Amino acid sequence: MFDVAVIGGGVIGGAILRKLSSYNLKICLLEKGNDVCVGQSKANSGIVHAGFDASVGTLKAKFNVLGNAMMPKYARELGVKYENNGSLVVAFSDEEMITLGELKERGIRNGVQGLEIIDQAKLRELEPNISPNAVGALLAKTGGIICPYELTIASIGNAMDNGATLFTNFEVDKINAGDSFEIYSANGQKVQSKIVVNCAGYGSQKVANLIGDYSFTIGGRRGEYILLDRESGGFAKHTLFFTPTKKGKGILISPTVDGNLLLGPTADEVDFNNTDTTQIGLQSVIDKANEMCVGVPTYNVITSFAGVRAYCDKHDFIIEESNVKNGFINCVGIESPGLTSAPAIAEYVVDEIISKRITLTKNPNFNGVRKPDYFFSKLTVEEKNEIIKKDPSYGRIVCRCERITEGEIVRALTQNPRATDIDGVKRRTRAGMGRCQGGFCQPYVADLIAKVNGVTIDKVTKNGKGSEIVVGETK
Amino acid sequence: MKVYDVVIIGGGPAGLAAAVSAYDSGAESVLILERDDVLGGILNQCIHNGFGLTRFKESMTGPEYADRFIKEVRKRNIEVKLKTTVLDLCEDKTVTAINEREGVFFVRGKAVILAMGCRERSRGALNVAGTRVAGVYSAGTAQKYVNVKGFLPGKNVVILGSGDIGLIMARRMTLEGAKVHAVCEIMPHSSGLKRNIVQCLNDFDIPLYLNHTITRIDGDARVTGVQISKVDQNKKPILGSEFYIPCDTVLFSVGLIPENELSKNAGVELSPKTKGAVVYQNRETSISGIFACGNVLQVHDLVDFVSEEAELAGKSASEYARRGDREKDCVNCIAKDKITYVLPQKIDKNQSGNVTLFFRANGVYKNCRVVVENDGQEVLSLKKRVVVPGEMERVILTEKIIKALNGDLTLKIVE
Ligand SMILES: Cc1cc2nc3c(=O)[nH]c(=O)nc-3n(C[C@H](O)[C@H](O)[C@H](O)COP(=O)(O)OP(=O)(O)OC[C@H]3O[C@@H](n4cnc5c(N)ncnc54)[C@H](O)[C@@H]3O)c2cc1C
Ligand SMILES: Cc1cc2nc3c(=O)[nH]c(=O)nc-3n(C[C@H](O)[C@H](O)[C@H](O)COP(=O)(O)OP(=O)(O)OC[C@H]3O[C@@H](n4cnc5c(N)ncnc54)[C@H](O)[C@@H]3O)c2cc1C
Repeated sequence: MFDVAVIGGGVIGGAILRKLSSYNLKICLLEKGNDVCVGQSKANSGIVHAGFDASVGTLKAKFNVLGNAMMPKYARELGVKYENNGSLVVAFSDEEMITLGELKERGIRNGVQGLEIIDQAKLRELEPNISPNAVGALLAKTGGIICPYELTIASIGNAMDNGATLFTNFEVDKINAGDSFEIYSANGQKVQSKIVVNCAGYGSQKVANLIGDYSFTIGGRRGEYILLDRESGGFAKHTLFFTPTKKGKGILISPTVDGNLLLGPTADEVDFNNTDTTQIGLQSVIDKANEMCVGVPTYNVITSFAGVRAYCDKHDFIIEESNVKNGFINCVGIESPGLTSAPAIAEYVVDEIISKRITLTKNPNFNGVRKPDYFFSKLTVEEKNEIIKKDPSYGRIVCRCERITEGEIVRALTQNPRATDIDGVKRRTRAGMGRCQGGFCQPYVADLIAKVNGVTIDKVTKNGKGSEIVVGETK
Repeated sequence: MKVYDVVIIGGGPAGLAAAVSAYDSGAESVLILERDDVLGGILNQCIHNGFGLTRFKESMTGPEYADRFIKEVRKRNIEVKLKTTVLDLCEDKTVTAINEREGVFFVRGKAVILAMGCRERSRGALNVAGTRVAGVYSAGTAQKYVNVKGFLPGKNVVILGSGDIGLIMARRMTLEGAKVHAVCEIMPHSSGLKRNIVQCLNDFDIPLYLNHTITRIDGDARVTGVQISKVDQNKKPILGSEFYIPCDTVLFSVGLIPENELSKNAGVELSPKTKGAVVYQNRETSISGIFACGNVLQVHDLVDFVSEEAELAGKSASEYARRGDREKDCVNCIAKDKITYVLPQKIDKNQSGNVTLFFRANGVYKNCRVVVENDGQEVLSLKKRVVVPGEMERVILTEKIIKALNGDLTLKIVE
């Protein structure tokens, strides 16, 4: 019997799991995918928002501002790259300048610090590539960027190092709610727990329905992105937003913590599992980016992708115990700024909600520090050689674009939460994320996955069953 | 730090031929750094025939061709470090490399030869819409799975791009029991060798769709089909021309890009056209003492020409190691009408001997003339029955012409 079962291995489930692992509790995470972090948390903008967007008094506003303040320390403990690069909301007309004033006012009321309206000259000085049509901007000094999948994987790994159990390929399909919860997966696994936290993102409505909770509905809104080569990373230093209009927020241009340049996202209503990119969507990203800046190096595209926002009909986060059943907690409708809010949401869910149902005592052995997943290329020559002496596989480069060594890949395949497929290795190590997109290293990575798991290459998948990378031996 | 006469980065056909030639022209210490387990480069996965026809007048497989050069290297006192990746190259010709035995280490070459080959353009670079599922490979990656690992990536295949690797993989997959439903090419002509179109497509009844591209990839866990569209003159898909082919595999053979990250970091000037270094006729780059050859310099169609170019670079590097830098008297070679690029881009009039200019046409031209002009005068004109982008052409300028050059030289095709 577990004390708490968390459903959904995204950034929210991960942050809650980690927080729970700091207490003396028996906890587990149930994830439907072959790996953790396969939902919204893997495909988003990676922005640590300042907090001026959300309406005053909403949970979004509250947790955004709190999460933003917690993020630097949170990321440092987990060995996750975070950068306080600041963001700029850019105005293209006097009318939009007025909107910026309102945004600033709202931000101040939400508790955001370091907001400043700047004029065209200052804007150009900060961002030389900005369009000449831009007239000014709202500078948010607390805006930042982070790697969202790294953050999710690291929180889950850290929780596991502190005793949490992970079940993957566990699609919650049936829940018997009595004194405790019996949770069944579609493929016949069963877990029993006193408390359940529903963080299943786009699946959260279905999960709530399983206990008869029909209090909310979840919709899907797709966002398409284009990622440019690291060569173009310096094109923008801040995260650049358009001024929000009635039609929405528009796309952004932002550097990523890994030094690439990200353009996107679009916004259109879709089914949850529709993460297809479209020609129209990608073209609109390019067009909008060219409105924001001059000479966007779109010839340097290395990949495009899409994520689907799971938003709630109430248009705010829902973070509360279900009215239908005690001990069943919903954390749903966590759309943007959910990534930013994750550490604050986790603290609130555990210390304010779960603590009312179960006594929390500190786990004396809790260690919240985790070594970064990929790190080797950042070390000094002496440090590298020290490691290679102990483990020569760190002297073998597997991914030539991102310079990832065999040692790092084996580490990703063996440490919590273990990668078991090509995409899992990619998200943990960046092998295959560079400009050749795995063309060179994929066969090597596949070999290593096969070797570590004692199987042949035809059992290796891209991201779970049905995505085998080869179909059989040659003649 | 250990200093060598010549340090060669990359042990493919270019690196191998450069090493032998550098050694034979007097370099006393030659080092090859190769990141793979074996020498031979991309040839190791090219198990088809057709290598060496020009140079050895016989048809060999890739590994057989490589083996000839590996044997020559082994006969000589040439040092080889395998499983060793070069991480960095400095302008002063210090090379930083890493391997399991020595960790991160440094060597210096009096001369350095860049022979890193090229990489394939990926699906991502084309921004093809659709899902990002299993079953999408670059042709070279598929070739590696099939020829080196012994596994078939899929059974029902559509290939985008009619470059040589795509054509060769169409045949290879067919021979391994897969069905290749189509090869799509966005251009009005193939970029592959004529003989490959005949031997790899026609002989197996594989349809080649010119002026077509893949506009969407479908699938959940693995590819289930692709949407193909005809394109207009601006390579934009024509609405309404779409058709659908169910398949489980898509191979991209959409071009090779010289692997010039190291060169760029060292400060070597690169050509936006070839994506390789700008070189003099002796294959010296903008940094004196750094040379380049093979696919890292320009994407070759035939390995025979890679070897030829590498020998030139090896000899030049060896000379440089002995004699150091020399004064240059330089003119530019400029590609004009109907020509994509010319190499070398610069001619040093102080160097002796004839100069061969390599170039590619930007389209298919029949019964044309290749014209070299200097100082407003035609210095050379060559009749051609046909030139195509897929086959590299050459013209030879005699030493006499070179010495008489006055200012920049231009090359064009006249129909
Ligand atoms: C396009 C886009 C851009 C965004 N940009 C930003 C940004 O810049 N800054 C920011 O702060 N936020 C941003 N967000 C929001 C942020 O990404 C989300 O708020 C956050 O990732 C939500 O995390 P989650 O854990 O709730 O959901 P998810 O990451 O979706 O996790 C849910 C998990 O539950 C699993 N699951 C589903 N059903 C079941 C089931 N039945 N049983 C078991 N497991 C199940 C899924 O497989 C998934 O792994 C963006 C979102 C999108 C889509
Ligand atoms: C799929 C394919 C099919 C072909 N078919 C034919 C054919 O039928 N007939 C024909 O004549 N030609 C063919 N060719 C062309 C011919 O094989 C190439 O032109 C030739 O291999 C290029 O030689 P290279 O040495 O320049 O590059 P490569 O063979 O690519 O060698 C480069 C070497 O450098 C190494 N390297 C790169 N970076 C580093 C680093 N940082 N540190 C250490 N080592 C490094 C690489 O590992 C590699 O071994 C084909 C090419 C390909 C790709």
